[in-house]
Amino acid sequence: MATPQSQPVNTVGLYEKRRKVYARGVRGLFNNWRWIMVWLTQALFYGLCWLDWGDRQAVLFHLVERKFYIFGMVFWPQDAIYLAVLLVISAYLLFLVTAIGGRLFCGYACPQTVYTEIFMWIERKIEGDRPARMKLDAQPLSARKFRLKLVKHLLWAAVALWTGFTFVGYFTPIRELVASVGVFSLGGWEVFWIFFYSGFLYLMAGFMREQMCKYLCPYARFQSVMFDPDTLIIGYDPERGEPRGPRRKNADPAVSQGDCIDCGLCVQVCPTGIDIRKGLQLECIACAACIDACDEVMDKVKLPRGLIRYSTENALARHYSGRDIVVHLLRPRTLIYATILLLLVGATLWSLATRLPLKVDVIRDRATLYREADDEQIENVFQLHVMNTDEQPRRYAVAVAGIDGIKIVGETTLEVPAASSRNFVVVASVKDGAAPKGSSKIVFDVRALENDRIAVLEKSTFYMP
Amino acid sequence: MSDFVNEFWNWYVILIVLISIVACAVFLWTQSQARRGGPTTDTTGHVWDETLQEYNNPLPRWWMWLFYATVVFALVYVALYPALGRFPGVFNWSTANEHKKEVERVEAEIRPLFEKYLKMDLATVAADEDAMEMGGRLYQTYCMQCHGATAQGSRDKGYPNLTDKDWQWGGEPEQIIETITNGRIGMMPPYGGNPDAVGGEAGAKEIASYVRSLSGLSHNAELAAKGKERYAAVCIACHGPEGKGMTALGAPNLTDKVWLYGSSEAKIVETIVNGRNNQMPAWKDFLGEAKIHVLAAYVLGLSSGSVAK
Repeated sequence: MATPQSQPVNTVGLYEKRRKVYARGVRGLFNNWRWIMVWLTQALFYGLCWLDWGDRQAVLFHLVERKFYIFGMVFWPQDAIYLAVLLVISAYLLFLVTAIGGRLFCGYACPQTVYTEIFMWIERKIEGDRPARMKLDAQPLSARKFRLKLVKHLLWAAVALWTGFTFVGYFTPIRELVASVGVFSLGGWEVFWIFFYSGFLYLMAGFMREQMCKYLCPYARFQSVMFDPDTLIIGYDPERGEPRGPRRKNADPAVSQGDCIDCGLCVQVCPTGIDIRKGLQLECIACAACIDACDEVMDKVKLPRGLIRYSTENALARHYSGRDIVVHLLRPRTLIYATILLLLVGATLWSLATRLPLKVDVIRDRATLYREADDEQIENVFQLHVMNTDEQPRRYAVAVAGIDGIKIVGETTLEVPAASSRNFVVVASVKDGAAPKGSSKIVFDVRALENDRIAVLEKSTFYMP
Repeated sequence: MSDFVNEFWNWYVILIVLISIVACAVFLWTQSQARRGGPTTDTTGHVWDETLQEYNNPLPRWWMWLFYATVVFALVYVALYPALGRFPGVFNWSTANEHKKEVERVEAEIRPLFEKYLKMDLATVAADEDAMEMGGRLYQTYCMQCHGATAQGSRDKGYPNLTDKDWQWGGEPEQIIETITNGRIGMMPPYGGNPDAVGGEAGAKEIASYVRSLSGLSHNAELAAKGKERYAAVCIACHGPEGKGMTALGAPNLTDKVWLYGSSEAKIVETIVNGRNNQMPAWKDFLGEAKIHVLAAYVLGLSSGSVAK
C-alpha cells in the first residue's frame, strides 16, 4: 500500500486517491462455495418474509405492535433477554470460528461480500471482464460507454431497491407494502427506510466495496486480533514458490526455480487488490479467489496445486501435514470456546422450549393497606396485570394461598384476548386474626383453564391491621 | 439559551462554537500533508521493542472529503438550530415547542372522542360500553389512588365508597359533576365548633353512644340519653334534627351503615374530639369538561351496579 507519491520531495500527502480495483473473474472450488453461500443466504433473505404462519407473516419484527414473530414464537419486550443472549452466542461463535478458520465469514457469508459479488457479476456481464472494464473506463465518454454504464447502474439500482423493500418487509408485513406501493400510499417511514437501505447498498456494493473491509468494518479488525499461529489462513508457500519467475523450456536444472511463475493472476483476482505473496495482510478477506486462480494456473503448467492454499502459520513454518493441521485445530482455546458455546446454545434452546405464554404482575393498591369488611374479614385489594402472550384468547383461574382461609372475593375467572394484557382488580379476604399483625407473604396462582401446564405463581404480601 | 445573565456569555458561546468549527477545517487542511526532510519514509519513525515499527500509510481521500462534509454540516446545523448563543436558529426549535405541539396533536385526536358524549345525559353515557371503558381508564389514572382499585374507598381514611348509594354531597348527576369539577372540602370542626357544649371527652363519649344508637349499633342507653341532649345543642346544626345529614354541607347521614372513619365508639369519639378534614381535589383544569362528563357517568354507573368493578 505504500506507494511513492508524485509530489515535491519535501511534502507527502497523507491522503491518497483510491486506486480502483478491477477484480478479474475467477472459477474454482472456493468460488463455487462462495456462490452456494450467496444463493443460500439470499434465498433466505428474499424468501423468508413471504412465508405465512397462520394468518400472519412467519418472520416479522413488528415494531409498532412491539412483538417479534419468528414462526411460532412470539417475543414481547419482556423477552429482551433473548436478544442479549443472542448477542453473547454470536460473540462466542465469532471467537470460535475465527480461532479455527480465520475470516471465513468475510469471504463467504458477509453481506458486503455477497452483495459486492452480485454487483460485480452484473458489472462483468455488462461491461466485460477485467481488461475490457479497464479499457472502457480509460475511454472518453461515448454513446456505447454511456449505454453500458447506464444499464449497469439501472440494474444495480433495481437490485438495491428490491433489497431495501425486502428489508422493510421484515418490519411491516411485506404483502401490505406491495399493496400500498400499488396505490401510492406507502407510509413516510417505510419510504425513508426503503430508500435509506437501498441507497447504502448501492453505495456499498457499487462503489465502496473493499473500502468497507479495509477501513470501516470493525468485525474485520476484531477478527484480525483473534488469530493465532494455528488459525487457518490463506497463505502463499514461499518455500515452494520462490524464487519466482517465468519458466523457460530449456532452463538450466541447476538453477533453482520456484513454482511461482509470477503470472500475477493472484493479484488480479483479488477483490481488495493485495498481493498475497507478501504474506497475511489486514486487507485479505479470505475469499480464496487467489487460491482458485493459482490452482488453475498450476494445472496449466502441470505443477501440483496448493502453491497458495489454506494453511496455518505454524503449518507453513513447521511443514505440518494435513492431519497435523487438523489436530492443532483442536487446542485448548477452541475447545473452551466450543464448550461455552454449546452450553449457551443448549440453555437457550431449553429456555425457549419451556417458555410459558403467560406473565403475571401483582400491583398492590397503595392508598389502603387493608380494609375491614363485614363478618370481621380483612381485605386487601390488588391489581393483577395478566399478559397472555399466546396467539389465542385464554381464560384463567386465579386463586390465592399463604394464609389459612384466605380466599378471593368475587370473580375468579379472568379472560384475556390473544396477544394482549389486561388489568384485573382482585380482592383477597381473610378472617381478622388469621395472620399476625403486619405483612404476611401470600402467593397468587394464575392458571389457564384449558391447559394446567400454563400456570404462574406470583408472590405478594397481605397486610393485617 | 435565552437565560444568559450577561451579554458577554452570549458572544463567548458564539465565538467558541464558530472558532471550533473553523479550527477543525483549518486542522484538516494543514494536516493533509506532511513535510519530510529527505527521502520519504513509509513508517511513522517510532521503533518499539527494537524491531516493531508502524506504517504511515496514506488514508483514503474520501475520508478527507467526509471530514470536510462534517464541517459543512456543522455550519448548516448551527444556522438552523439553537447553538450560537442566544440565536434560536432559523427553525426556531425548542423542546418546549415540541412538547406543546405534541400535546396539541394528541388533544386534537382525543378531544372529539370525549366531546361526543357531552350532549348526552349521564344515564345514557353510563349505558354506553365504550364510554364506560374510557371512564374506567380515567378512573384508574386519576381516582384510584384514593378511592381504591375497587372504588370501594377505604373504611378508615375517609375516601368514600363510590359503589354504594350513599352520597355525602348528593348523588344527582349535576352534583357528581360538581364534586369532580370543583372538588369538595368536607370539614367537621373539632367538637362541632362548640367544645363547651360538648363537654370534653366525656361528653364526646355520650354523643358517640347516641350516634351509635341512631344506626342501631350496640350502645350504652344511659350515656346515649345524655348524648341526645348534647347532640341537640351542637350537632344538629349540620347533621340535622334526626341525624339524616345535609348534602348541601356534605354532612354525613348518621343513621346509616356507612362510616367514613369507622363505627367503633373510639373512632366516633376521635371524630368528635379532633374533627375531620376531607379533601376532594378539583379536577376542572386538569381534566376538562368532556372528560369529567364521562368520568361522572362512570361513577354513576358504579353505584347503579351497571358497571362491574
